[in-house]
Amino acid sequence: MESVKPILEFKKTCVSYTKQTMAVKYVSAAIERNTITAIMGPSGCGKSTLLRAVNLMHNLYPNIRVDGEILLNNENILSMEPIDVRRRVGMVFQRPAPFPTMSIYDNVLSGYTLNGIRLSRNQKEETVEHCLQSVALWDEVKDVLNKKGTFLSGGQQQRLCIARALAMKPDVLLMDEPTSALDPIATAHIEELMQDLQKEVTILIVTHNMGQAMRISSKSMFMYLGELVEYGNTKDLFSNPKDERTKAYLTGKMG
Amino acid sequence: MDKLKIRNRLAKDKALLWTVCLLATLTAVPLFAILGEVFIRGYNQLSWSFFTEPTPTAYRVMKAIEAGTPIPGGIANGIIGTMLMLGMAVIFAIPIGILCGVFLAENAKNRYAQIVSYLTDLLQGTPSVIIGIVTYIWVVVPMKGYSAIAGSIALFIMMLPLIIRSTEETLKILPSSLKEAGLALGGNRARVMLKVQIPAAFGGIFTGVLLAISRVIGETAPLMFTALGCSFVRFSIDKPISAVPLLIWEFFNDPYLQELIWGASLFLLLFVLILNLTAKYLAKKWNQ
Amino acid sequence: MNDKLYKILLFVATLTMPIVCGGVMYALVTDAYDAFEHFGFFKFLTSSDWNYTDGSEQYGALPFITGTLMTTLLALIFCIPFSLPVALFVGEYFNGTKIAAILSTVTDLLAGIPSIIYGLWGFYTLRPLIMAFDISPQGSGILTASLVLAIMIVPYAASLSAEFIKMVPNDLKEGAYSLGATHAEVIRKIVFPVAGSGIFSSYILAIGRALGETMTVTMLIGNTNNIPDSITSTGNSMASIIANQFGEADDLRLSSLIAIGLALFLITAIINMIGKIMIKRARIA
Repeated sequence: MESVKPILEFKKTCVSYTKQTMAVKYVSAAIERNTITAIMGPSGCGKSTLLRAVNLMHNLYPNIRVDGEILLNNENILSMEPIDVRRRVGMVFQRPAPFPTMSIYDNVLSGYTLNGIRLSRNQKEETVEHCLQSVALWDEVKDVLNKKGTFLSGGQQQRLCIARALAMKPDVLLMDEPTSALDPIATAHIEELMQDLQKEVTILIVTHNMGQAMRISSKSMFMYLGELVEYGNTKDLFSNPKDERTKAYLTGKMG
Repeated sequence: MDKLKIRNRLAKDKALLWTVCLLATLTAVPLFAILGEVFIRGYNQLSWSFFTEPTPTAYRVMKAIEAGTPIPGGIANGIIGTMLMLGMAVIFAIPIGILCGVFLAENAKNRYAQIVSYLTDLLQGTPSVIIGIVTYIWVVVPMKGYSAIAGSIALFIMMLPLIIRSTEETLKILPSSLKEAGLALGGNRARVMLKVQIPAAFGGIFTGVLLAISRVIGETAPLMFTALGCSFVRFSIDKPISAVPLLIWEFFNDPYLQELIWGASLFLLLFVLILNLTAKYLAKKWNQ
Repeated sequence: MNDKLYKILLFVATLTMPIVCGGVMYALVTDAYDAFEHFGFFKFLTSSDWNYTDGSEQYGALPFITGTLMTTLLALIFCIPFSLPVALFVGEYFNGTKIAAILSTVTDLLAGIPSIIYGLWGFYTLRPLIMAFDISPQGSGILTASLVLAIMIVPYAASLSAEFIKMVPNDLKEGAYSLGATHAEVIRKIVFPVAGSGIFSSYILAIGRALGETMTVTMLIGNTNNIPDSITSTGNSMASIIANQFGEADDLRLSSLIAIGLALFLITAIINMIGKIMIKRARIA
């Protein structure tokens, strides 16, 4: 019974920027542990907004309201401390942004430094090596760990940012169009990586690239105008969409 | 343990926010303290005669003290002197400053322009007391006397870099399509500058001039070595002349005239602050 | 007007700058020459005598150089705990809000107050306080001058620092938040390191302003010509000795004052140049 329990559950989740406009409308869905779930939809459909609700990013901006419930391991995160939630829910952004004043080594450990957690030298080296291994960056950078993270290529920077998020051992990893700023080779690299990562972490990825969703995800959501239109197994959703709007989007007649 | 640590971090976070708010608010205190003090001590001195009469002579002061009446007289000589010198300085500083600003905006990469730009920075950073010394050496000594001309030259030198910078910066943020459209319509560069670019940049340049005036109007040190001061209203430009900040300095040093300090300061302060606020308001309005 | 004439007109106008700046240098150097020749360049700058009794005239700039350095340094120390919070308030915590606009208007107005009025306020409000708290018996001195000087440079340091704090990319800040950092931690570990060189250079420029500030210091420093032995003792800065004695000086004393002026000019020019170069670098990075 315990294994079937979802790790993350949206219950009538709403996000509104102003009183009149709701960017995300009553989304309800359960995300299973150690899966990759893709969120698709035309631009402006609220997919990024929904994603950013999961690590309480909206709390940074006083005008944005989040209503309903979002359960992480059965606990409503909306009533939890943001800094606690964010440690358990990692995030990777659209544009790779390693901290420019830190070395590659320090970038991986930046979550600990930022949170004021002290690690022993051994713990540090283990974490850095393990995280860089899991993003397949270790072999490329192991001799230049003291160089600034900004010296790396775009794809390497993004993998460094993933490593930085993984270092905090999150339960869920949110990825907001993580490959949209990267070239095809770097994109392929990261997609491959995600397949391996799902053993460690549950991934929720926003993408506007249908091919990507099909390649990497086991579950897919389709959102339109703030509503969750369809949610199911990726294969089913692509081969046999139930809603007209999903069909229109998948056949390129929308967005 | 973990909960305790989180609470600790959140407490620190709050503490920083409150410290920042507290210290930032404290920074505003001097403004209101200064305004308040100058206003309270100065407003009852402001009367019609304060603006129409010059500094009282020693004789009038003595008589007033004997009779126990308020110190008579005002700052008319200072107001006239300030206006005269500022007027002369502005007449030269505006055209020359604008021309230099135009040059810098049009030739940003040119080596000579970079030198001019560097010299503008140099002059802008030069302490005003140095400008006073130099004007004394170049103008007062050869003319064998302090004069309004010398004072206005000092003010001119201080205003120039401010006007140059504001002109240059305003022209640089104009869309280049404006200039190209003008040139495409067959105007030559001078005409496009005069008829298209300068009018479009007028708001920024005007604001810059207002700020430059408000910057130099309170300058005291350079005028001490150039205009010197004069206790009666005078319009000649080749003789020593007074100015409002010079009068404040005189009143400060003369135990009998200290009553007049606050009226003069209030006048100067209000003038400067209103100029500043007007400039800020206009800049905002023109930016929209 | 044709293009050629237009270009010539612009060029002729710009000649004002080299002429004025050249004139400043030339006047200071030639008129300071007497003092340097009489006392020796190095000796003039390191001697602490300032005696204008006829026959035993002796001038040295050390007390005033010390006075300037002490007031500037103290002003900087007093300025930081206020300008940095203002910069954070305007550039980070309340960036873009009405309350931030109000605070920056207030600091702009502080920057606009003429220095002679700061001097009056320091003399009539702050000096009695200093005496009341028994910090120094005469009230005026290095400390009093520095306190008011600090208020005067807060606006410069704060507005420039705020500009650099605003430039820290949101990507980096969100990245740090997403790792669980608090706002304070983001400021300390991301905003300050990234905006650091810009913030630093804004303090260099603030120093440049403090060095040459004349009237405030003249009215508050106490005007004595020996090397100040503590921060509460009286003294004179380079600018204040000039303001005090220029009008009554002639010959060697005048030349000595101009020599001090030359030194002040050069120090400020160098500090400002360093500040400007650093700012340019920080803006590009």
